[in-house]
Amino acid sequence: MGYDPAKLPPQVRGLNAITGAMSLIAILLIVQIWLLTATLESYLAGRHGAALPAAIISGVIFLFCFGLYRFVNSIDRKVR
Amino acid sequence: MRSPDSSSPLWKDEFSVNTADERYVTRRQFSKFLVLTSTAMFVGQLWILVKSWFAPEAGALPKQVIARRDEVDIGEVKLFAYPTEADHCILVRTAEDKYVAYSQKCTHLSCAVYYSRASNKLECPCHKGFFAVDDGRVLAGPPTRPLPQILLETRGDQLIAAGIQGA
Repeated sequence: MGYDPAKLPPQVRGLNAITGAMSLIAILLIVQIWLLTATLESYLAGRHGAALPAAIISGVIFLFCFGLYRFVNSIDRKVR
Repeated sequence: MRSPDSSSPLWKDEFSVNTADERYVTRRQFSKFLVLTSTAMFVGQLWILVKSWFAPEAGALPKQVIARRDEVDIGEVKLFAYPTEADHCILVRTAEDKYVAYSQKCTHLSCAVYYSRASNKLECPCHKGFFAVDDGRVLAGPPTRPLPQILLETRGDQLIAAGIQGA
């Protein structure tokens, strides 16, 4: 008798998906905060080369977080 | 509007949220908060990018008289601005005929460095960064790059700033 996630009730599966997505958003946010502090430190030291790639990466992370947020909302609506 | 046959008291209609539920944060609200924070981080990155774009380009720097040779005693300093009024620099006379000048902006987080005669080092008081007075190299602390050095020329008894090395 093994553990089969597919047999769990939809509410529990939805909750797991939401928790996973939120954890991912939190981890990405930590990366983004680190990126901002590193870029700021570099900028204040007079090196401007890191600003563009850091802004692009931060934008990609933001878009991914926004996608996960929409995913959380849609799952929340479905399983409620 | 309150129906006349309602069994619940009026105060329950007026204060419909329980105290225990007042601070309850749903997953959706928390996710929204995280994404808003992510937006703020992205806006911060864009701000740095825009500031970088408007930073002045490095080019040929003008020559500027910064002091007379006898104006600064051995072991003393003079503060000046070069190449613009916003770029603060420090001139140190280390020996009879030896003058050195550096940008006063620490290469760690841009605090103003000062000359410590006792230790014969340039020190950043913010995070305890130490630079050698001879060539501006990092001796200790969080900075990783040497201080930009102001190139000096002499013309008669005048000291002239003629450029920046390592900016």
